[in-house]
Amino acid sequence: MSAETSMLVDMRGIEKRFGDLVALRGVDLVVRQGEIHALVGENGAGKSTLMNVLYGLYRPDAGSIRIRGREVRIAGPRDAIALGIGMIHQHFMLVPPLTVAENVVLGDERGGPRLDRRAIESRVADLEKRFGIVVEPHARTEDIPLGLQQRVEILKVLYRGSELLIFDEPTAVLTPQEVDELFAIVRTLRDEGKTLILITHKLREVMAVTDNITVLRGGRNAGELVTRNTNPSEIARAMVGRELKELRARATPARAEVTLKVQGLEAKSDRGALALQGVDFDVRSGEILGIAGVGGNGQSELAQAILGLRRPTGGSIQIGGVDISKDDPKRTRARGVAYVPEDRHLEGLVLAFSVADDFILGKQDRAPYARTGVLDPVTILRNGGRLAAEYDVRPPNPKAIVGNLSGGNQQKVVLGRELSERPKLIVVSQPTRGLDIAATEYVHERLLEQRGQGAGILLISSELDEIRALSDRIAVMFEGRIVATLDAASATEERLGLLMAGHGEAAA
Amino acid sequence: MTLDQVIGAGVLAATLRLATPILLAALGGVVSERSGVVNIALEGCMLVGAFFGVVAADRTHSVVLALAVAMGAGGILAAIHAVAAIHLRSDQIVSGMALNILALGLTSYLDYQFYGNTGTPADLAGVPDVSLGPIAAIPFVGDVIGNQNAIVWVALALVVVIQAFLFRTVPGLRLRAVGEHPRAADTVGIAVRPTRYWAVLASGLLAALGGAYLSLSVAHSFTDGMTGGRGFIGLAAMIFGRWTPAGALVASLLFGYGTALSFSLQGASIGSVQVPVQLLSTLPYVLTILAVAGFVGRSRPPAADGLPYETEGHA
Ligand SMILES: Nc1ncnc2c1ncn2[C@@H]1O[C@H](COP(=O)(O)OP(=O)(O)OP(=O)(O)O)[C@@H](O)[C@H]1O
Ligand SMILES: [Mg+2]
Repeated sequence: MSAETSMLVDMRGIEKRFGDLVALRGVDLVVRQGEIHALVGENGAGKSTLMNVLYGLYRPDAGSIRIRGREVRIAGPRDAIALGIGMIHQHFMLVPPLTVAENVVLGDERGGPRLDRRAIESRVADLEKRFGIVVEPHARTEDIPLGLQQRVEILKVLYRGSELLIFDEPTAVLTPQEVDELFAIVRTLRDEGKTLILITHKLREVMAVTDNITVLRGGRNAGELVTRNTNPSEIARAMVGRELKELRARATPARAEVTLKVQGLEAKSDRGALALQGVDFDVRSGEILGIAGVGGNGQSELAQAILGLRRPTGGSIQIGGVDISKDDPKRTRARGVAYVPEDRHLEGLVLAFSVADDFILGKQDRAPYARTGVLDPVTILRNGGRLAAEYDVRPPNPKAIVGNLSGGNQQKVVLGRELSERPKLIVVSQPTRGLDIAATEYVHERLLEQRGQGAGILLISSELDEIRALSDRIAVMFEGRIVATLDAASATEERLGLLMAGHGEAAA
Repeated sequence: MTLDQVIGAGVLAATLRLATPILLAALGGVVSERSGVVNIALEGCMLVGAFFGVVAADRTHSVVLALAVAMGAGGILAAIHAVAAIHLRSDQIVSGMALNILALGLTSYLDYQFYGNTGTPADLAGVPDVSLGPIAAIPFVGDVIGNQNAIVWVALALVVVIQAFLFRTVPGLRLRAVGEHPRAADTVGIAVRPTRYWAVLASGLLAALGGAYLSLSVAHSFTDGMTGGRGFIGLAAMIFGRWTPAGALVASLLFGYGTALSFSLQGASIGSVQVPVQLLSTLPYVLTILAVAGFVGRSRPPAADGLPYETEGHA
């Protein structure tokens, strides 16, 4: 194979503008046939935009694309599919009420206008057999877990005969086991001769499965690396443009008073199942208690119960000795409880509001933001400007609309609102989901700072690295119970992994 | 009050007659909303269908041409809504409401211009009833379905056709995908906007047929605002029927029955107590409110219903 044809993708000088915003400023990307290529960079670096250009969803403003050495114009997904390019999107492109098989074949159903479900399902089953990817073809897509939905996305791409598979942050929503299974599939695909582009924020994943790395920063190329010859800190440096600080290394807290005491807590999930089945733990001031566990084992319900967003069916929740299990969120918050929710779009922010307005959510009815029921816009704006600067929101403009900020900056708005009034207890849930390493570092620093000031922190996260880096003690949740509480020192990844998977005996 | 007044052949035949325009509007609603466009202009589409059907019947003396013109008028109104909703991405409720007002004003203005105070001519070509011959002679059954209007049968056939189209054909699958998750449809190469245009256009044709039924099959004349909110009730029937043609049929029959009942129980009494017909005639509307408020079972609209599709927007 000549050097020319071994280059499957050759993008040169790609530029893309959204109004005034320049998302890509002349980016090059070369991907060779048969490799797994990592595309990394901070939030907003332009990774998704570049891939959307390659997939024909966005039209570039300048630059050229060659596929197998031939210059091409990709005007839409149809063109990309015809060129053998498939994309597994960051937000799944599946139609929830359709069956797995219908989603796989959608847009390329073959065989007449009649919808022959039987034929479609058997075709999908054959495809599954060929690539060793198993999903029930006639299951309704919305009924299956995210890990399986992702397989449907992969099948969809393979069904169209794609030679190049683009994965945009495929692991962001997966449990550790699902990540392992995904990477097994990824390796099989490469062995089958497919080429893969993998976007991720997790350098450990980059090191584990990729061959080459392209780093983007601020819409420009910031490095081409060979995985085998590099290391995570070199990649991180290229992504961020500076050294990252090492976390950890801090004094263990003095035995302080108990801030939060949860006893025998029971609560139902939205579907009516018992999601919390007698949960006991406490959090002391100046301590971070990590709650580790595979998503869906009651963590969300636990956070909601503490905040008063979900009425417990049994047990008690005490803040400073007072039972708050029947309080509504307003009263709970008045006792000094702050909340960084797992889904900042759903629970954390009003996306259509300005930064300044989102900063005062929940405080809007009291001084200094309001007097006798009338908002004071001058104070709100001044407060917004101050917090935006203090929490490094970019752009530091209190009038900016929150929905237009990047994920990391949206999270800073949540933090600014929640942490700026010296909370006693902070409930944080998946605080760095979808954030890049610099924003992650920032969130972690802020949480440690609060701990230093004596706040008790309940940290719920499915990222083991995060739990282990921040927590003083780690409680593992499995099927609505705390199955073990470990000191951070004795909590190895293996032990946590086994406990999270429900193998308590093996972990002992 | 007699049993005959409640489930007699007369009441059931009236139920079918009264359900038909609601059903046609509901079918229009199903097709449009399944593709992701809310079309409350169906009321206006019905009204222009009713009016222009009469005008064409008067001028051409041909039922076929009258129906074609009626549906064309509904199609044009729906096309305006489609441009506003799909191309200009304007608020679909506002656009729909504006078109309803336009339709009301336009038809009453033209009605006055064309027919003045005398009203529409009495010798209009009407859509004929279909006599089922021997079936019409069967007692009861014959009394219910033996002599229904041709459009009643067309509407019933359309239930089957649209149900099969949506759930058993490839274009139907694509239309549903566009209404649930347009970006997903786009990424597999389905043309989102054209699909929606066709769906909205079809909804206008269906509603206009319902309007023409009112003026050319039932009333044999046009009067201002004669659709009387049936387009809206059709949308309620669509919700009641969970966005499926078969469900819309059941809901339309229920609404039709409510009205039929309020007619047949006129002056009836149970024992010495007068049946409160006025109250009874509100039944379809009460059912409508319950359906819209979600009390009658939970039904879920297509996920992208009413949302314009932005090609380069954030997901
Ligand atoms: N459709 C759009 N309209 C306007 N701006 C956009 C659009 N898509 C992306 N952007 C902007 O372009 C920049 C690059 O975004 P992009 O989504 O490519 O980043 P990314 O590297 O994928 O980030 P992340 O890690 O958060 O997914 C950001 O500033 C983003 O806000
Ligand atoms: Mg992205």
